[in-house]
Amino acid sequence: MGGRPVLDGVELAIETGELVGVLGANGAGKTTLMRAILGLVAPTAGSIRVLGRPVERGNPALGYMPQTRTLETTHRLSGWTFVASAASGDRWGLPRLGAEARRDLEWAIDAVGGRPFAERMLAELSGGERQRLLLAQALLGRPRLLLLDEPLISLDPHHQRSVIELVRRIQRELGITVLFSAHELNPLLDAVDRVLYLGNRHAALGTVDEVITGPSLSRLYGSEIEVLRLNGRIFVMSGGLEIDRDEHRHV
Amino acid sequence: MFEFDFMRHAFAAAGIVAVVAACTGYFLVLRGQTFAGHALAHVGFAGATGAVLFGISPLWGLLGSTVAGGIGMGVLGERLEGRDVAIGIVLAVSLGLGLLFLHFYTAYASQATALLFGNLLGVDARTVVILGVLAGLCLVGLALIGRPLLFASLQPELAEAKGVPLRGLGVIFLAIVAVATAECAQIVGVLLVFALMVAPAAAAQRLTRRIGPGVLLALALALADAWGGLVLAYYTDWPSSFWIVALGGLTYLAAVAITD
Repeated sequence: MGGRPVLDGVELAIETGELVGVLGANGAGKTTLMRAILGLVAPTAGSIRVLGRPVERGNPALGYMPQTRTLETTHRLSGWTFVASAASGDRWGLPRLGAEARRDLEWAIDAVGGRPFAERMLAELSGGERQRLLLAQALLGRPRLLLLDEPLISLDPHHQRSVIELVRRIQRELGITVLFSAHELNPLLDAVDRVLYLGNRHAALGTVDEVITGPSLSRLYGSEIEVLRLNGRIFVMSGGLEIDRDEHRHV
Repeated sequence: MFEFDFMRHAFAAAGIVAVVAACTGYFLVLRGQTFAGHALAHVGFAGATGAVLFGISPLWGLLGSTVAGGIGMGVLGERLEGRDVAIGIVLAVSLGLGLLFLHFYTAYASQATALLFGNLLGVDARTVVILGVLAGLCLVGLALIGRPLLFASLQPELAEAKGVPLRGLGVIFLAIVAVATAECAQIVGVLLVFALMVAPAAAAQRLTRRIGPGVLLALALALADAWGGLVLAYYTDWPSSFWIVALGGLTYLAAVAITD
C-alpha cells in the first residue's frame, strides 16, 4: 500500500442479495477493497463486517475470483484440474478429492456451463471460457458473498455480455451477494442493482441514476465532472477527457 | 552387470534419486521455480567443498548449504523476483568459493570433478542408505503439503484468501527442493542437476493434462533417464552423467516435438 491510503473515510453498507458493480479507474481501490473484505489487508482505521461478522481470513462464506494472470494462459493442465485445485485446497495432505468435494466441483462447473470445455487444456481455452472456469472455482464451497475482481478484463464485448449475464443468473438463482468490479461502466449498466463508485480516495454507493451524475461525481472527486448520456451509454468526463480512458494511458 | 557391487549401488542410488527428482521437479516446473534448483546446486558446491576442507563428508556440506539456501530463498520470496543479476552473482561467487576451498585442499584433485559432474559409480552402500532416508523425508514432506502446494501454485491469490500460508508453504517446499538437489548432485553433479530434476517433469507436463498422470509420467521418464543412462555408461564406458543428461534432454525435445 506504500503508505498512501487508497480509500479514506468511506462508510457504506451493501445489502445481502444484491449485485453491486464496483467502479472506478485503475488504482482507485477496487482490488484493495476486496482484499480488505477477504482479510488480506487490514484497514488502518475503522472496521469491516462481512455477513454480520468481523472480517476473518479464510472465511468459507466468501468466494473470490482474482484478476487473470498470464500464467493461466500458458498452462497445459485441463480446466477441470485447475478448478479442482481449489477444492478444499487449504487442507494438508495429498490433492485427492472426496465424494462430496467432487459433487461440489461438478455442480460448480455445471453452474457456469463449463462441461463442454472443462477437459480441454487451459492454454486452448478462449478468454470467456477461462473466465467461466475461474467463476466456477470461486463458487466452490457455495459462498454467500462473491467477490469478482475485473472479470471482464481483456474480453471482447460479446464475451463480456455473456459473463455478465452468467453472473446475474447465478446471483439470482443462489440469492447471493455479488461485488463485481470493472473499470468501464457501460457493460454493467443493465445488470447491476447498485454501483459503488470509487475515486479520489472516496466512495459513493447507490443506483446508477443516483451515483453516476455530474453533481454526485463532482462531489466525490472534488472537481468538475460531467456525465454525458448517449444512446443508453454513459460517459464520465473530466476537463473534456473520459476519466477511465485517461487513467489507462498512465498505467 | 549386476554382478558388481558398484553397479548395484549405482542402480539403487539412481532409482532413489530419480523418484525424488521427478516428484519435486513436477512442482518446481508447475510453480515456474526451476531456476531455484539450479541456484541451490551452485550454493551446494561451496558447501560441499567447504565441508571437505574441514574434514566433514561433502554430502553433509552439500545438504547443509542447499537447505540453508532454500530456506533463505523461501523467506525472501517474491523479493527475489526479477533479481536475476543478484542471483547470478551469488551463484558465481558460490562456485568461486568452492574453487578456493578446493585450492586449499589439494589432496583431493578428483573431488572437484566428482562434485561438479557426479560420481554415480563411486556410490557405496552407506551412501545408498543415506540417500534412501533423505528421499523418504522428501516424499513424506511433499505428500503432507501436496494439496495446498498445488492450490498455491495454480491460484496464489485465491489460496491466500482461503487461508493458505503462502510464504510458509514456499519455505517448506524450497527446503524439500534443497534436499532433492543435494541428492541429485550426488548422481549427476551440481552443474547437471537441472537435467535430472527439470527435464522429465517438464516433458511430462507437456504430455499430460492432469496432476496424477503427470507425476507418474515424470517418475517413469526420470527412472528411464537415470537407469538408461547407467546402462549406456556401462556398455560405452562414457560418463554416466553425460548419458543421463543426454537422455533427459532428448526426452524433453521429443515431448516438445510431439506437442508442437
